[in-house]
Amino acid sequence: MAEILPLLQTSHLTMRFGGVVANDDVNFTLEEMELRCLIGPNGAGKSTFFKMLTGQLTPSEGTIRFRENPIAGNLPHQIARLGIGIKTQIPNVFNGLSVRENVWLAARRAARRDASAKRAAEIVDEVLQRIVLTDLADAVVGQLSHGQRQWVEIGTVLAAEPELILLDEPAAGMTDEETVRTAEIIAEINKTRALIVVEHDMEFIRMIAKKVTVFHQGRIMMEDTVEAVLADSRVRDVYLGKKVAA
Amino acid sequence: MTEPVKLTLQCVAVLFACVVVGLLPFYIDLFELMQYTLFCSMAVLALSLGFIWGFGGILSFGQTAFFGLGAYSYAVAAINFGDSTPAIGLAILIPALFALALGYFVFYGQISDVYLGVITLTVTLILFNVFNSTAGDAYTIGSARLGGFNGMPAVPTFNMPFDPSNILFPEQSWYVTGGALIAIYVGLRLLLRSPFGRVAIAVKENETRAALLGYDPRLVKLLVFVIGGAIAGFAGALYVNWGAFVGPTIFALSLSAEIIIWICIGGLGTLVGPIVGCFLIEYLVSQIGTQQAVNSNLVLGAILVVFVVLLPKGLVPTIRDGLLALGRLGAGRSRRGDAARGHEIVDEGPAGAQPAGAE
Repeated sequence: MAEILPLLQTSHLTMRFGGVVANDDVNFTLEEMELRCLIGPNGAGKSTFFKMLTGQLTPSEGTIRFRENPIAGNLPHQIARLGIGIKTQIPNVFNGLSVRENVWLAARRAARRDASAKRAAEIVDEVLQRIVLTDLADAVVGQLSHGQRQWVEIGTVLAAEPELILLDEPAAGMTDEETVRTAEIIAEINKTRALIVVEHDMEFIRMIAKKVTVFHQGRIMMEDTVEAVLADSRVRDVYLGKKVAA
Repeated sequence: MTEPVKLTLQCVAVLFACVVVGLLPFYIDLFELMQYTLFCSMAVLALSLGFIWGFGGILSFGQTAFFGLGAYSYAVAAINFGDSTPAIGLAILIPALFALALGYFVFYGQISDVYLGVITLTVTLILFNVFNSTAGDAYTIGSARLGGFNGMPAVPTFNMPFDPSNILFPEQSWYVTGGALIAIYVGLRLLLRSPFGRVAIAVKENETRAALLGYDPRLVKLLVFVIGGAIAGFAGALYVNWGAFVGPTIFALSLSAEIIIWICIGGLGTLVGPIVGCFLIEYLVSQIGTQQAVNSNLVLGAILVVFVVLLPKGLVPTIRDGLLALGRLGAGRSRRGDAARGHEIVDEGPAGAQPAGAE
């Protein structure tokens, strides 16, 4: 190996919608096995950033490299096959299907890599236990609560066994207990996988974060440890306001 | 309804259908049998759209394009070969290839659903005009004259496989057509239980999520579309076998619209629904045709309006949900009884939990 590549690297990544610049010259690097939190006010460009990483949007300019593969402009399924999984902001699940079917669909793709059908069934059982929905495995996802549907989506992401997991507001709509559990699961996943987590809940960020990247008006404003970021006066100004001071 | 119960019901329905197909010729006269043969070939067409629309989320306004191509392919091939066996194969293959070409541009071009409807509608209209203007000797394929607006009369009907001298009797044609309908129903059921079928349903449910999990929605939809085209083409061959005739009106809009009505009335998202809807409407139309007082299109329109307003889900899903509700009432009652006797109760999950694609 000539050099150790970062897991994910974007350079000069820019996304324009007409006159609106949603992401402006974003240079972002994520190492293998890293856990990174993204914070920033609404409209800072976090979700747009995720959409470019997963192929839902094609960047106007710039490149994205996932290990040695340039992925900017690839289609979502091609990027997913390389090993990037995402939980989107609004639960994006198969509402008409059962919990088990949702997880199976993800597991089957993952199991295909080591070409065994049995493996898929194993993954499904594992994941159902992990997201504590074994009892509701045959329930239709559309009839579950918002929090439960969040879990189903996290379950599908886990079952797909990606190399890099993107979580867009995983704790939204969850009870305090569930939030703690989500933090635990994230820590557990991070033992073997890299993650990028977008969150607004500062308590949650404190629970999980090591390094935090702050987005503001489509740009990266700063990148540091949780403590340093929360102590920064600019960050307070644009985003945290009086919440942290209180 | 739990998975084994559903499976049992489906098996019972298939067995029942087999018995009906087997015994019907002994109970009704030849004219009626011919009519039911026609209904069965139409029901195969209904299944083709019921499958791609209900389970692939692809609303084709021009399923008759594949039906008509299948019919013409069969007619041309049967006249040239003098044997229906390869002709049936071509009636499946040619529409499937056509669906592959059309679907490739539509799905890989990421054309939205509305345009898909417009394109399929236009394609069937173009085919109508093309075949309508093939009068004259110039339009001859081998020894088969396409015949323009007069169509192709006296097309050889089905014979025993690879034995052109042994032409099927109407009773035998009934067995073939009825049997084909059952076989295609069973085939589609099996397909929907297979990994590919489950992925197809997932793509219909949520294309974005399917793509984010690594499935290529374009490929999945294309394959579903091609399977639908192949089945519709086969239905075309069955249709020509019934009437020994094919003309350009097979591509007409009225039939295209009728298939959609069958499915709306029978129930979208089921496989039995399109068959039930097709039989009901076709029977009704044929009955109305025996008198002069009311126009059949008027009745058809009225029925559609009533269904859209009162039973928007269609017959089969409405009946199924009704039965499920009754079953729950019964189960609830016996459960309370069990509880009173101090038995342990196993919760079966939320009421009405029913995965999509179940019927």
